[in-house]
Amino acid sequence: MQKIWTIAKKELRSFFDSLMAYVMLVLFLGFTGFFTWMPSGQDIFLINQATMQPFFGIAYWTLFFFVPLLTMRGIAEEKRSGTLELLLTKPVTDWQFVTGKFLSTLMLIGIALLLTIPYYITISRLGPIDHGAVIAGYTGLLLMSSAYIGIGIFASSVSRNQIVAVLLALLIGIFFHIIFDILARGVSGITGEVLHYLSISTHFESLSRGVIDTKDLIYFLSITFLGLLGSVSILSKRSLSDA
Amino acid sequence: MDIVVENLTKKYGAQRAVDNISFTVRTGEVLGFLGPNGAGKTTTMKAITTSFAPSSGDVRIGDISVTENPEEVKTRIGYLPESNPLYTEMPVIDYLYYVAEIHGIPKKNREERILEMVDICGLEGEKHKLISELSKGYRQRVGLAQALIHDPEVLILDEPTTGLDPNQIVEIRELIKRIGREKTVILSSHILAEVEATCDRILIINKGKIVADGTAEELRKSAQGNEILHVGIEGPDKDQLFNALKEIPSVESVDFLDSKNGYIEIIAANGMSSRKEVFNLCVKNNWELTAMIPIETKLEDVFRNVTMK
Repeated sequence: MQKIWTIAKKELRSFFDSLMAYVMLVLFLGFTGFFTWMPSGQDIFLINQATMQPFFGIAYWTLFFFVPLLTMRGIAEEKRSGTLELLLTKPVTDWQFVTGKFLSTLMLIGIALLLTIPYYITISRLGPIDHGAVIAGYTGLLLMSSAYIGIGIFASSVSRNQIVAVLLALLIGIFFHIIFDILARGVSGITGEVLHYLSISTHFESLSRGVIDTKDLIYFLSITFLGLLGSVSILSKRSLSDA
Repeated sequence: MDIVVENLTKKYGAQRAVDNISFTVRTGEVLGFLGPNGAGKTTTMKAITTSFAPSSGDVRIGDISVTENPEEVKTRIGYLPESNPLYTEMPVIDYLYYVAEIHGIPKKNREERILEMVDICGLEGEKHKLISELSKGYRQRVGLAQALIHDPEVLILDEPTTGLDPNQIVEIRELIKRIGREKTVILSSHILAEVEATCDRILIINKGKIVADGTAEELRKSAQGNEILHVGIEGPDKDQLFNALKEIPSVESVDFLDSKNGYIEIIAANGMSSRKEVFNLCVKNNWELTAMIPIETKLEDVFRNVTMK
């Protein structure tokens, strides 16, 4: 546990040292702020309700794009520079390493979401707000991010090229994000239901409406877990690809 | 803590990078690991440091096997890879702190240990710089500091002195020797003089197999065939000298290196020395002996001999 924390701390620091974190925070706050507050066709003044729905809607998309950009460096760069090989001769297990990377990215997303608390405070002054829905919505964003971080870390462990990592993460992500949902609409029966269940939007929507269901929790945590498991198993096979 | 390598084999596809090698390194011994590029040096080192599992065979550090208990082995070894990978975006001191934490050095000793490493590796003036700002020599020192920070019982160094200037090389060699007194060290290098200066024993591998094993002295002896002398004699003309030398029973062949100055290479018959007879011949005929240089087999020759086959 101590070692996971050590790795997470170091990774979080390197996000800030490399300016990556600042750029990401500014862009995230810029995008979500613009679409929540400025006249953009779905801002809260147009909706005329004290609700965080516009913010959750836009964060749903921004995070989808930002998370792979944050995770792409993680393992691919360590593979390329050789630091991975050195680190894995130190008393750290593959799980500790991967979990540390995961936590650091999740913490950065957490910081980004914390910085949007002023939106919540402002909106709650404008009218009666459903506090439960806000908490559930934030929970949903965090869970969704962790699923995408899992996928992103997996993609990053596949290649030593960061571009490949980000594209692969987006490719896998887009299926969960939207394609499964679109397919589900056209297919009926058991296949349709499975596709519907696999879509992230199904689970995210029920969360952002204020319903925290264990079914949704299990869904997000399984994707996260599978992503991390995938990258651990790739790391444990490293001996085969080493030249 | 001894390192015992037993029938270690590592295959990449059909190719055997390391082919069934076995050797032991004892505590307090510095082993020099030599071999041409691609001979399997790095592969062997990686197997010892648990970078990958061997295809067959085993490596034991003390009683601990790298295949059965790699986690335990990791706490006892320090490793400096050939490419010396570092997190270049980190300051030196932060990086060492990170490695110390990874090794689980208790918080109360951590600071002290890091400063000790900074001192030993001569990083005092650079400790707050980013690693990316350091020259190659200083990066190498950071790599060494990272390998030594947890006071490992076994140290594996893959070409530790590449990129260092001559002063630094001497310092690092001294450091390795000092460490080698209590610990077990394996170091690989292309520089034969370096291996000779730092190592107690030399192991040469070629195409994945051990081709020579012993102290520098032993290797030279085993490779040395007949005694070779370079002799300068002034006085007689060429033919006279040649015939006179040929008549000495212990001389097998005579060859003029430089006929004008009478500079000759004399190879003695197997197991014999011709030095005395050559000297006596000159005294008897009143010739001037201007030079007599016994030619030793150099480690380079030994190396070429065993790896060119």
